[in-house]
Amino acid sequence: MSDDDLDALRAALKPAPAPDEGTRARALALAMRNFDGFHSGPQGSADPLRPNQDRPPRAGFLKGVADMLKSLSSRPILAGSASVAALCLGLAVVLPQMDGRLAPPKGPVRTDAPAQGQAGSTGSAPALPGEETAPVADTALSGRQSAAAPADATPARPASTDALAAADPLATEPMPEPAPQARSEAPAEAEAPSAVLPPRPAPGQPLVRKSTGTGVGISGSGRFGLSYDESAMAVAPASPDLAAPALSDTEAYANAEANPVKITAEEPVSTFSIDVDTASYAVVRSSLQSGHLPPADAVRVEEMVNYFPYDYPAPEGDAAFRPTVTVMPTPWNAGTRLVHVAIQGARVEVEHRPALNLVFLVDTSGSMQDTNKLPLLKQSLALMLPELRPEDRVAIVAYAGSAGQVLPPTPASDRATILAALDRLEAGGSTAGAEGIALAYRTAEAMAESGPEGAVGRVLLATDGDFNVGIDDPGDLIGFIAKKRESGTYLSVLGFGRGNLDDATMQALAQNGNGTASYIDTLTEARKVLVDQVAGALFPIADDVKIQIEWSPATVAEYRLIGYETRALKREDFSNDKVDAGEIGAGAAVTAIYEITPPGSPALRNEPLRYAAPATEGTGTGTGDELGLLRLRWKAPGASTSTLVETPIPVTATEVTDDVRFGVAIAGFGQLLRGPAWPGDWGWQDAIALAGSARGADPFGYRAEALSLMRLAEALDR
Amino acid sequence: MLMDTPDETLASSAAAGDRAAFGILVGRHYDRIHGLCWRLTGSRAEAEDLTQDICAALPAKLAGWRGEARFTTWLYRVAVNAAHDLRRRQAVRTRAADGWGDWEKARQDEMAEDRARADWLAAAMARLSPELRDTVALVLGEDLTQAEAGAILGLSEGTIAWRMSEVKKRLRAIAAEEAK
Repeated sequence: MSDDDLDALRAALKPAPAPDEGTRARALALAMRNFDGFHSGPQGSADPLRPNQDRPPRAGFLKGVADMLKSLSSRPILAGSASVAALCLGLAVVLPQMDGRLAPPKGPVRTDAPAQGQAGSTGSAPALPGEETAPVADTALSGRQSAAAPADATPARPASTDALAAADPLATEPMPEPAPQARSEAPAEAEAPSAVLPPRPAPGQPLVRKSTGTGVGISGSGRFGLSYDESAMAVAPASPDLAAPALSDTEAYANAEANPVKITAEEPVSTFSIDVDTASYAVVRSSLQSGHLPPADAVRVEEMVNYFPYDYPAPEGDAAFRPTVTVMPTPWNAGTRLVHVAIQGARVEVEHRPALNLVFLVDTSGSMQDTNKLPLLKQSLALMLPELRPEDRVAIVAYAGSAGQVLPPTPASDRATILAALDRLEAGGSTAGAEGIALAYRTAEAMAESGPEGAVGRVLLATDGDFNVGIDDPGDLIGFIAKKRESGTYLSVLGFGRGNLDDATMQALAQNGNGTASYIDTLTEARKVLVDQVAGALFPIADDVKIQIEWSPATVAEYRLIGYETRALKREDFSNDKVDAGEIGAGAAVTAIYEITPPGSPALRNEPLRYAAPATEGTGTGTGDELGLLRLRWKAPGASTSTLVETPIPVTATEVTDDVRFGVAIAGFGQLLRGPAWPGDWGWQDAIALAGSARGADPFGYRAEALSLMRLAEALDR
Repeated sequence: MLMDTPDETLASSAAAGDRAAFGILVGRHYDRIHGLCWRLTGSRAEAEDLTQDICAALPAKLAGWRGEARFTTWLYRVAVNAAHDLRRRQAVRTRAADGWGDWEKARQDEMAEDRARADWLAAAMARLSPELRDTVALVLGEDLTQAEAGAILGLSEGTIAWRMSEVKKRLRAIAAEEAK
């Protein structure tokens, strides 16, 4: 610590103001009074360490709370002039200050507190309204210390967190209190699991991380909590510089190595789940606009391509989809070609779509108070309401801060009520929303039972990364969501704010909940996600949409799928209806782009094998006029068996529309951001030129915005 | 004789119900707690409230005293947790940094020299995140080693070291701004 700045800070911190003598005396007197109260209860022995199951140390702590409250609330009376009104005032003023955590959002405990004090002073174990029945907590220091290693990211709930909860005097709250602000945090180098649907997070990347910070059993006062908000700064001490400068350390991204070039003769089949998420593009935009290139792992090329609306040919008749395949030269490699697969979902007239039951599960933790979080969410919902129909219903459940059902199911036409409920949402301090997600799903189920037949239920989780929704084991959480998915309630995740955003968890939750993950950073984006696409985003037309392409070795020697790294499926899972995949909403379009290399091309990455049959044109069973076969499999919403559609991909080049070229430009842009995957010098300028020539009508200006982002990236990359 | 008794012994006695031991213990450490609370909150009023709350809670808290660490370490941890809890609740109403702002205002009338220093401190502390402020309060304010601070915050020594390097970085950034 020889640093001058540190020394200056040390010097400045040294002279703490002398404590006021009167205050000091009062505090010491209070301490003695509490000591007496604590150690000489009417029932005699008050040894809190007595190993008695029905009176764990906590009971003693509770008595401490009670005694403190008693002494606090009795002081106004002792002051002599206090009327009942003054006492009430004293309670109202003192308690929020002194023991905000003791008062649950609905507030009954506030008036119960003295009664609890009585219970405590008679020494009986107080009847806890909550279900905290954990036995004696070990509050010894060593317990804390062992639970406190920040690098230990074991996601399972450690016993010590139970100990924390149990030792917490505030277990008297009706809501059991999980460690507040449990946030996922991953060391900078942690990679998300590359599996499509990770059943559990990889080590080092817990989905919901219970705080394992300090927690000596502070108890006896409603004022203190036990757990310490283990947050950003605890991350990756060894390699702080690995994190990109634009990001604070709690952002975790789901991504995997770019798909490798595959040899058709060895692995002719490519299988993946569709992905209609768009979160990655918004994250990239927010990085670039704040003056930093996004970290490579934040870039998921397919999400960037799928961000934009395209005018692909619509399905005819009753078909749910229409695939359109375009073959074109690769802009960045003269020796390869691109196969652009566009899948357009049927557009459903708003009047004909089923009613929606929307449950907003809103994170109201303290970190949500930033203007680009909770206030933005409120504005977004206010924008969305006019787009809903009268038979749609909206409910709001909050977790963390003001917890519980904020708005019972309300017809969307009753805008005033909904907006008033939104205004009541307040980002507030500690996390107390124990059963947020369970309550949200219960609400959705109740709405499904009481509402019109065939309504679509969806939980929209709006958060900035605090996934402490009441289920603290990430495996349990994903299992819970997956189970609810089968009951027909979808889950979408709306991410807000930066710095704490847990992209990996958002992805995992949305994928398991058959929903989409979107990142909302501006009102414009809110409009895109919630208003312009209200039908598609909220009303699914097909579930578990999987794409499989079998390439013909006669015409394709090598191929590479651009993007979809996190969505790869095993070949055999394509026809396995039990394997989950992405869902697609009404009117949504999904684009996948392959880069293929014909046999004999100078761009081949792999030398032909000397001893294998040469894969030249005309060999194999493939005819020379097909590149491959596109198989598309999906389920009607709620159905358990899938439908299969096969479309051959002709070898002949097809007409290349502006939409296709723009998508390719964005794919090139995304790959440039990740680090180019091609040998040539195709760069930012080429991407800008290609995208600029393919802007088309662009009624909402999304493409113009992409162009300016490309220019920004080019400037930042210099 | 009790005056010379080590903290740890007093704490164990107090936990077992020894009133005199408790009195000495609280009296002995009041100023220390107050100082740490001030460093953690940046506000004298907050520090006094917080210290009073800690004193009030201490009898019950001592039930959890196992004598497995130094008493001051244990006490710091109690105080840090109390401050965290307070901070969490305050997050609704104010940014956590506001305390430093208030403190700064209250000191406006003091000597100019003093004020300049206070301004700098308030500015520097306000630029740090709560986690960094805690670390600074313990490592610089209380002169603890990084290992001790780590034990109190429940973090590894390496994390504390990293946080301190982060603090240095921010201070340098502040200094660079001032130089402009």
